[in-house]
Amino acid sequence: MSGRARSAGPSRVARIAAPVGVALALLALWHGAVLWFEWPPYLVPSPLRVAEVLGQNAAMLGLALANTMQVALLALAAAVLLGTAIAFVFVQSRSVETALFPYAVLLQVTPVVSIAPLVIIWVKDPTASLVICATVVALFPIVANTTLGLRSVDPGLLALFRLQRASRWQLLWRLRVPSALPYFLAGLRISAGLALIGAVVAEFVAGTGGTASGLAYRILMAGYQLDVPLMFAALFLVALAGVALFAATSLLSRWLLGGWHESETRLD
Amino acid sequence: MTLLGPSGCGKTTLLRLAAGLLPASAGQVQTDGRGLGFVFQEPTLMPWARVLDNVRLPLDLNGTPRAEGDARARAALTRVGLAGFERHRPRELSGGMKMRVSIARGLVTEPALLLMDEPFGALDEIVRWRLDDELLTLWKERQLTVLFVTHSIHEAVFLSQRVLVMAPGPGRVVAERRIDEPYPRAAAFRVSTRFAEAAAALHADLMAASGVPA
Repeated sequence: MSGRARSAGPSRVARIAAPVGVALALLALWHGAVLWFEWPPYLVPSPLRVAEVLGQNAAMLGLALANTMQVALLALAAAVLLGTAIAFVFVQSRSVETALFPYAVLLQVTPVVSIAPLVIIWVKDPTASLVICATVVALFPIVANTTLGLRSVDPGLLALFRLQRASRWQLLWRLRVPSALPYFLAGLRISAGLALIGAVVAEFVAGTGGTASGLAYRILMAGYQLDVPLMFAALFLVALAGVALFAATSLLSRWLLGGWHESETRLD
Repeated sequence: MTLLGPSGCGKTTLLRLAAGLLPASAGQVQTDGRGLGFVFQEPTLMPWARVLDNVRLPLDLNGTPRAEGDARARAALTRVGLAGFERHRPRELSGGMKMRVSIARGLVTEPALLLMDEPFGALDEIVRWRLDDELLTLWKERQLTVLFVTHSIHEAVFLSQRVLVMAPGPGRVVAERRIDEPYPRAAAFRVSTRFAEAAAALHADLMAASGVPA
């Protein structure tokens, strides 16, 4: 049986066409409602109006999108480096994990909105302060999943490695790391979304005091000016950034696990 | 040589002691140190690695050069009848094929002693018989010693020169029997009177050991 056998589920075309169809239907409904109820554009702009504003402010919004994405991606990278490092420390000994895990949880459950003002006061560089806030939000899933993954090694394989007198290094690279990979990637997918959320929340808190103008800052400014179409346009880009992050991590996961892991192989 | 006994009598423990996977609480394990292969109850393959990489693993771990390791892994796969499957992943193989990969991995280091822990327990009988036949062929070819654990009386009779019968509570060896059928053993041996007699004797040993009159 080939692992690439196509299942009886939705075809590739349907998997793209169906959500796009839903989007078009909703947009049409939205547009129709705006026309029918004669909502003014400063309360609810029609999708066409939003697209128009998006086009007019393309340069400014594009820069804002780039800024926000930069913060989110830097935070995600920091969370991956820091998170896997912490996970490796945790699996070295149970007592280290017992001592430190509560603090990882503490960091996770404290809302970033409440930490952000402090970080923004302490850290001079605005981008750095935003990245720190977003990293705090994105860190936990990487730590928790990678720790679980590094521990979830097939006991039979572990016995085999011991039998062949594998070194600690071989055990880590040839057994623990590949075993942990699916868990890590699941964590990465969650963290990518959280990094974006963290970046946006931190920007909101930094508010007009921040000098880096990300998408959240644009939404905030447009809100002050009651420029609802511009708010919608910026919101649309935030959503788009989230989808792009999700798609990128999903592709990475499929690329790394496609050949062997149950989560990425279609059922025969 | 086969260790035969019911669940929980310490067959696997004894095998793991022999392999050095468990420390002995008393007594000594004597081996000639020429290396051993171990085949587990489950195929125990690395799902992320291709068949060839799985078989080559013991050689990789002891620092054999890659090219030599590849050649020896290919040879081991050919011996278990899996030439041409080098690039497959474990999940693309059937249960019997996975077990063969596992055996190839046990053989790749050319061990003097092969320890097998109920290797065919999870397979259906037809596949199991075929693998039994193949195991005998390999054993003849390579002149290796196989220490085989099973709870199947029939498998013990078909494969072994010596059978040690074990009993639980506490785990101990309660009987030893020789099966004096010459090799190669053909399929006809399975339905012969000699086979039935040997099986009946082992069955009586097992029953006696668990306190049930035969």
